[in-house]
Amino acid sequence: MLEIDRLALDFLRYRGLWRRAAIPCLHDVSLTLARGELHAVVGASGAGKSLMAQALIGLLPGNARLRGSLRLDGELLDATRQAALRGKHLALIPQSLAALDPLVRSHHQVTWAARRAGVNAPRAAAERALTDVGLVGDSARRYPHQLSGGMARRVLLAMATAGEAEWLIADEPSVGLDPAHRAGVLEQLRRLADAGKGVLLITHDLRHALSVADRVTVFHAGTTLETAPATAFQGRGEALSSDYARALWRALPDNDFARPAVHEVPQLA
Amino acid sequence: MAVRLIAPLARRLLRLIAVLGVVALAAFGLMQASPIDPVDAYLGPQAAQVSPEQRALIAERWGADQPAAQQFLHWLGNMLRGELGWSRVYNAPVSEVIGSRFLASLPLLASAWLGAMLIGFALGVVAGTREGGWVDRWICRYAYTLASTPTFWLAILGLLLFSVTLGWTPVCCAGPAGVTRAELSLATRLHHLLLPALTLALLGVAQITLHTRARMLELMRSDVALHALAQGASRREVAWRHGARHACLPALTLAFASLGELFGGSMLVEQVFSYPGLGRATVEAGLRSDVPLLLAIALFTALFVSVGNALADGLYRLVDPRLGEVRP
Repeated sequence: MLEIDRLALDFLRYRGLWRRAAIPCLHDVSLTLARGELHAVVGASGAGKSLMAQALIGLLPGNARLRGSLRLDGELLDATRQAALRGKHLALIPQSLAALDPLVRSHHQVTWAARRAGVNAPRAAAERALTDVGLVGDSARRYPHQLSGGMARRVLLAMATAGEAEWLIADEPSVGLDPAHRAGVLEQLRRLADAGKGVLLITHDLRHALSVADRVTVFHAGTTLETAPATAFQGRGEALSSDYARALWRALPDNDFARPAVHEVPQLA
Repeated sequence: MAVRLIAPLARRLLRLIAVLGVVALAAFGLMQASPIDPVDAYLGPQAAQVSPEQRALIAERWGADQPAAQQFLHWLGNMLRGELGWSRVYNAPVSEVIGSRFLASLPLLASAWLGAMLIGFALGVVAGTREGGWVDRWICRYAYTLASTPTFWLAILGLLLFSVTLGWTPVCCAGPAGVTRAELSLATRLHHLLLPALTLALLGVAQITLHTRARMLELMRSDVALHALAQGASRREVAWRHGARHACLPALTLAFASLGELFGGSMLVEQVFSYPGLGRATVEAGLRSDVPLLLAIALFTALFVSVGNALADGLYRLVDPRLGEVRP
């Protein structure tokens, strides 16, 4: 069980020459992720979802100040433990395609990822991971700039899965993909969860997250507003407890396409 | 396919010919503007014993009495026939002088160039990996100091310290006095080469270090580095596996683009150490108005630097696959 408990995050910045000011980015972020679960974190861009992912793997910039606690299987997940688990138990699928090294062939990058994760036969593991995402033969050997956006996303997915980590944090893994590829990526994440891994799916796309997620946490302005089972998102959202989550649900084109009035949703004001 | 390969090559060749033409013209113009009279410089102290008639005879024999344009065209015609002329300073064919002098300079240039590239690159990668740490701060200080040091001053300092005070290295020349080059042992040659090469190398180090470091900083802050760290890589692994690959692009460009500076530096260093290479021949040719030799050296240097830059372009394509597909 991966637990985030009342996580808060500030960035320290110099105002003028001497005065340092803390800029708050996250406050009161709490959620839990179990093995075998696909947990979607849904919120608008700039809400701090990616920062939460970076905090989980312990790769925040040096001027970040973290409060609250992270626990993995009951034990505190501090910087030392994060460094030891990174890649091996905790894997990240980054949001940006620029995370691929443009000067290295894809299958080498996957092999490196497997080796860094401490796999015994990294080349075979990489081959397997690439086959799992449907990249075989020539397309797996290309340089990143020769890949389409969808292929590059799948290379990133292969890099995260080549190491057999039990906890996967997928940061917008389907952004910019056409419907067929998006469904492919989401289904693969679902399969990984069914195979016993804990998958945290960070996305701004509630509709597609609902098609695969077990539970959904709604994220807004650095705070987790509520966590609800995916089944709670139906009808007019009566089962949801926060106004913001309900508004988010009702704003989907399939539902009312309702644009909430500001007084209805206090969090928007 | 053949056309696609040949067209850029032909374009490059045309550009090279244009560059060489301009270089020759500029060098010739400068020599014409030089206050040194070639006949006076040739005669040296004996000038006082030579009558104006004899002097005119020498000038006529050399063609120095003809208009400048005609002299230049004459030289150009000979050059196109492969005839580089006769060096007055060394009293030998120009091609021979350049050949032997370049061979003498080559070990100096090559070791200095390689040294500068390898040391500069390694320092840059190390500094860029530990941004803001004490290693980084000291490497930067060192590079800035070096970048603002004049070549000849560094050469004189080295000479004073290692040759005069400590006596570790010889004071001058490519070998002991009175010994022909064929008789020199390899160890003696290296011993004489050491200090000039090191001085020349140190000058190139600063630039390559600073540019490599800048590229490394950029990479270490990029998504590539963050992703690699997330996979469990150490900072050192990220630096050498991803960083060095990226940082060798600017380092390569600089190393090849600085071939011209290397030549310039070698003139000063060879002058200070009395090393009988191409650099010293250039200085002699300039001071004694040896027009054919100086023009040939200018052309040779320009050719060398151009070929170096073309090589850099080719290597660039090998390292960065994205460039291979873009037509120049």
